[in-house]
Amino acid sequence: MSVSTTTTPRVRVGRAWYVTEHKIREMRTYAGTLIATAIGTPFLYLFAFGVGLATLITQNVGPNPDVTYLQFVAPALLASAALLVAQEEYTFGILMGLKWNPIFIAMNATPITPRQIVNGIFLFVVIRMAITSLIYFAVMVVFGAVPSAAGVLIIVAGMLGGFAFAPVAAYAATIEEDRGQFAILQRTIILPLTLFSGTVFPLTQLPIYLQWIGWLSPLWHASELGRQFSYGPTEPIWLTVIHVVYLVGLGVFGWQLCVRNIARRLNK
Amino acid sequence: MTVTSTRQSSGGVRALYSGNARAVVGRGLLATRSTNWIIVLTGVFEPVFYLLALGIGLGGYIGGVQNAQGDTIPYAAYIAPALLAVSAMNGAIYDSTWNVFFKMHFGKLYQGMLATRLGPLDVALGEISLALLRGAAYGLTFLLVMQALGLNLAWTAVLALPAILLIAFGFASLGMGITSYLKTFQQMDWIQFVMLPMFLFSATFYPLTVYPAPIQWFIQALPLWHGVELVRGLTTGALGPVMLVHLLYFLVMIALGLVFTTRRLRALFLD
Amino acid sequence: MPTPVITANALTKKYKDFAAVDGITFEVAPGESFGLLGPNGAGKSTTMRMVGAVSTRTSGDLTILDMDPNEQGPEIRAQLGVVPQADNLDTELRVRDNLLVYGRYFGLPRAVIAKRADELLDFAQLTEKAKAKVDDLSGGMKRRLTIARALINDPRILLLDEPTSGLDPQARHILWDRLFRLKEQGTTLVLTTHYMDEAEQLCDRLVVVDKGQIMAEGSPAALIREHSSKEVLEVRFGSDKNEGASAKLEGIGRLEVLPDRILIYSDNGEAALVEVVKRGLEPITSLVRRSSLEDVFLRLTGRTLIE
Repeated sequence: MSVSTTTTPRVRVGRAWYVTEHKIREMRTYAGTLIATAIGTPFLYLFAFGVGLATLITQNVGPNPDVTYLQFVAPALLASAALLVAQEEYTFGILMGLKWNPIFIAMNATPITPRQIVNGIFLFVVIRMAITSLIYFAVMVVFGAVPSAAGVLIIVAGMLGGFAFAPVAAYAATIEEDRGQFAILQRTIILPLTLFSGTVFPLTQLPIYLQWIGWLSPLWHASELGRQFSYGPTEPIWLTVIHVVYLVGLGVFGWQLCVRNIARRLNK
Repeated sequence: MTVTSTRQSSGGVRALYSGNARAVVGRGLLATRSTNWIIVLTGVFEPVFYLLALGIGLGGYIGGVQNAQGDTIPYAAYIAPALLAVSAMNGAIYDSTWNVFFKMHFGKLYQGMLATRLGPLDVALGEISLALLRGAAYGLTFLLVMQALGLNLAWTAVLALPAILLIAFGFASLGMGITSYLKTFQQMDWIQFVMLPMFLFSATFYPLTVYPAPIQWFIQALPLWHGVELVRGLTTGALGPVMLVHLLYFLVMIALGLVFTTRRLRALFLD
Repeated sequence: MPTPVITANALTKKYKDFAAVDGITFEVAPGESFGLLGPNGAGKSTTMRMVGAVSTRTSGDLTILDMDPNEQGPEIRAQLGVVPQADNLDTELRVRDNLLVYGRYFGLPRAVIAKRADELLDFAQLTEKAKAKVDDLSGGMKRRLTIARALINDPRILLLDEPTSGLDPQARHILWDRLFRLKEQGTTLVLTTHYMDEAEQLCDRLVVVDKGQIMAEGSPAALIREHSSKEVLEVRFGSDKNEGASAKLEGIGRLEVLPDRILIYSDNGEAALVEVVKRGLEPITSLVRRSSLEDVFLRLTGRTLIE
């Protein structure tokens, strides 16, 4: 077996997968914590909000009395979990590869292009979100939080919500020096987007001067989309279409911007 | 040939402390001023956002909640003190685990400090003082927001400030000792694993009566429940002898935490 | 000899069963420049940490400035300056602030520190960088700042762990010049190094350490005289051929056969080379040089210093 015959790289389209593979291999080192968190978290949140807090809710939160508070919060909680995974990878994951443990620079020295690096990372985030969402969904079923079979699409809604966070990745790709930008981003932008997004109560409950925050929030769109699948429809079809278009649009925009920013940074 | 057994004779506080913790505080303030003051500033927003979203948003669907005395109070007034206690805990835990861990393993800051006259106890007390200073600033801001929203139902709310410092001190002194056992970032995740259920279940968002009795007892053994009840009692004016129990709980926690941490400091820094 | 500032007797440090420092004995006199020479992992840094009163010994005796580091850590450290192997400057603070804050750790008054900080910035040739960020300094500048910082308390003993490791030649020479000035001023220096030239430049006296034990002790010149010849002839015959050639070299001088070359120890290197050629051998390259501490180490341990 001679080495030289096997070295001609036969790669063109699928090279992004090598990046994904690298990330999956890396993930194995902390797989234990990851799985424990992915299973433990849904139990805790569904119990705290869907069961505990539900005892205090005296008024009907859902669109009609048939929808319980648990069924109302569940799609939003799943979307939050998917978003959290995306947020972690889009911030620390990107800066790690560029700066702290600069594997992107090493990848860029091979035939892999910056676009393929970004595609590989995004594919990896999809896989991670899928694992988290699937487990979340299974726990939701155990709690009786999903009234219809179409509810399985909550998983897709949650993952779209995570994908819509892509502009954060594009921003992370521009950070040259870590001065705690992520903490500031988290506290001033992501946290309000998360809290004022109709997750644990309907957005309409907020005064109008706070409601617009929810309209911008991927979490609101993802939660509402999930609710349509779970016990909907509760809103006009055009609004549902807007949810999908907004999430996909924001995601694609952030993704392409991230490709551009990373390419500039790696090949400057 | 004198091979003196050095291990036994080395536990004295004198070898660990030079009475100069304020130099560590001074360094922290200077570092904050020159690099990360904006991060410290934005930390104020966190509990305020929570209060607005949950108090105003969720409160609309909740008629009212009974406090420890059986009086019905608005939902926002019920969760505000809990959020205050939780933010005191989170701040103290963050400062004594993540922050200390990072400075120890990556920044090598303590290595530099300990090459001087400073001992590990100076460093520990200095770092804890800094955390408390920051906690006091956050707590005061939050209390002012509560006041503006009319959520302080009694004059005793003023006492909530020293109360959250007590809570923060308790968590920080214990957290630092625990951090001394941790070797990797992955192990830090387990701290979150303990914190999350404590945050969700310690009568923060709804009364403990939701649970069956054994689970109630378990939660009542955990520190956050005592912290939440202590602060809530003070801001809503629902005072009773049980407040002394909460107070005592934290005094004991601080005492045990300091003894534990001081013992671990030698292993941590002077191995 | 005046009272030593450091006395170590059968000093030992064990991590579980592994003895990092295995019963070493030495003394350092005031004003002396004392070196610990050895390869990575020899136990130099552990020794330095014990002398710096930040590591508890397992057994043996250690006295620093007449005090026991186990009992009087803060008091001892108050009179030491420490330059660790890896720079641990405070990157959140600017250059001059690093000195000011460090001085406060010793409990010194602000006015004293401010005056000394300016003097030390001058000494470290960093006055123009006083307001710069630490991360923007070059490797050599960071090192000089670390040394300036270690001098803020006017220490009686300066401990330097691999002071010039990782620096380019020019930066090393600047640093040696600064350290030599300190030596002239009478500061006691204790340094570890695995560079021979550094030990020869800076140390009055040194110990060769290997596997936690002291192999030899003396001035650089005395060690070379005692354990090596005046000159060394280095010859190369190409990969895998050195071993074969060495059989024909018997009797010219003491031989050390290394993977890439053969060392022949002789008081006259040129004469040795003539003899090699006379025996019908044709080395690819040959070099005659003076003996160094590297040769002493090789002789004592059978291993090279930098592996």
